[in-house]
Amino acid sequence: MAGKLFQLKIISPDRIFYEGEAWMVEFTSSEGELGVYADHVPLTTILVPGIMTIHEQDGIKKAAVHAGFAEILQDRVNVLAEVAEWPEEIDINRANEARIRAERRLGGASGEANINFVRAELALKRSLTRIKLLS
Amino acid sequence: MASMRDIKRRKESIQSTEQITKAMKLVSTVKLQKARTRAEHSKPFFDMMYETVSNMLAKSGNINHHFLKAGDSPKKAVIVITANRGLAGGYNMNVAKLVTKGELKREDVVIYNIGRKGKEIFKRNGYEIAADYSDVIENPLYSDAMHIGEEVLKAFTNNEIGEIYLAYTGFKNTVVHVPTLIKLLPVEQNHTKQNEKESVDNVPMNYEPEEDEALDIIIPKYINSLIYGALVESVASENGARMQAMDNATSNADDMIADLSLKYNRARQGSITQELTEIIAGASAIS
Repeated sequence: MAGKLFQLKIISPDRIFYEGEAWMVEFTSSEGELGVYADHVPLTTILVPGIMTIHEQDGIKKAAVHAGFAEILQDRVNVLAEVAEWPEEIDINRANEARIRAERRLGGASGEANINFVRAELALKRSLTRIKLLS
Repeated sequence: MASMRDIKRRKESIQSTEQITKAMKLVSTVKLQKARTRAEHSKPFFDMMYETVSNMLAKSGNINHHFLKAGDSPKKAVIVITANRGLAGGYNMNVAKLVTKGELKREDVVIYNIGRKGKEIFKRNGYEIAADYSDVIENPLYSDAMHIGEEVLKAFTNNEIGEIYLAYTGFKNTVVHVPTLIKLLPVEQNHTKQNEKESVDNVPMNYEPEEDEALDIIIPKYINSLIYGALVESVASENGARMQAMDNATSNADDMIADLSLKYNRARQGSITQELTEIIAGASAIS
């Protein structure tokens, strides 16, 4: 049921993560989950840690994308991701550890500075995304 | 004429120096290759970020956002990227000169320093150094750039500084490195690049969340990515500059050794001739 294709580019600071044609891409923005087809209204949106699902003509690809933003134009979508990972690059044990660590920090003494709280929350989100992607 | 022994000693010392410069050249060649691939890989992100942000600013017309206006403070933060090590020709000095010889007044400048050599130079010249991140230059990570960006932005939002600059060495190719000073904040809206491509389709861009909020998030990211790009390019340039400097040093050493060998041989011949004349003179005196 492939629809009209558009150019999708996902770029992270270290490499071009993905470049190809897709007919739909799904990801999590700061305002909620988004599914984008070709000829979408031009939109720039902020990404939050989540799974990005790329619907190609012959199959689906999933990746974990943490932080960044997406620029949606009529015939192409550019995603600038600060961190992007394919499932096979994720270490489940590390993700689990990070989740537990973050949870402890969040549940722990609230005397710690605010910035740590925000950081721990982000770390938790990231690790949950990784775990979800692998499960 | 210097004695044979002196010349020999000199030659040996130059030879051992040459060995060092040769080895350093090899090391920096390898490092350069690594750094260059890294710089090349991060280039698309860098370019895309630049393009997106300039497009955004062009399309959205006159947004009145605090990141687009200079702060009230006369202080100017300059993020300076140099190397931790010397022996790289004019590399460190050229970057430092951008700041010391530029239009920026010394009293107004606050240095965010990356690289020990730069720190030494600025300290000597009496600049105010707000922070030092010299450890990151060996192996810059994106999170380092994020960290630095955060600190600088915090100072900007707190109105401690009014403008932010970035001084680094741009990497054109192995032999061409350009010391560059760019203004990070306030973001300049009239970049020449923008005027070149008027073709920017005039579809109004929507933002989710609202424009102001989106800019709040995107501009820090833009700055982080510029810092990161500058870091990786600087590392590549540093190794390129060192490779060149060491190459020059090696060939200079070769020249000196050739010259000294000639002198040494002449001195040797001279001393043999002298000895012979002395012996013959002595023999003829006896007979």
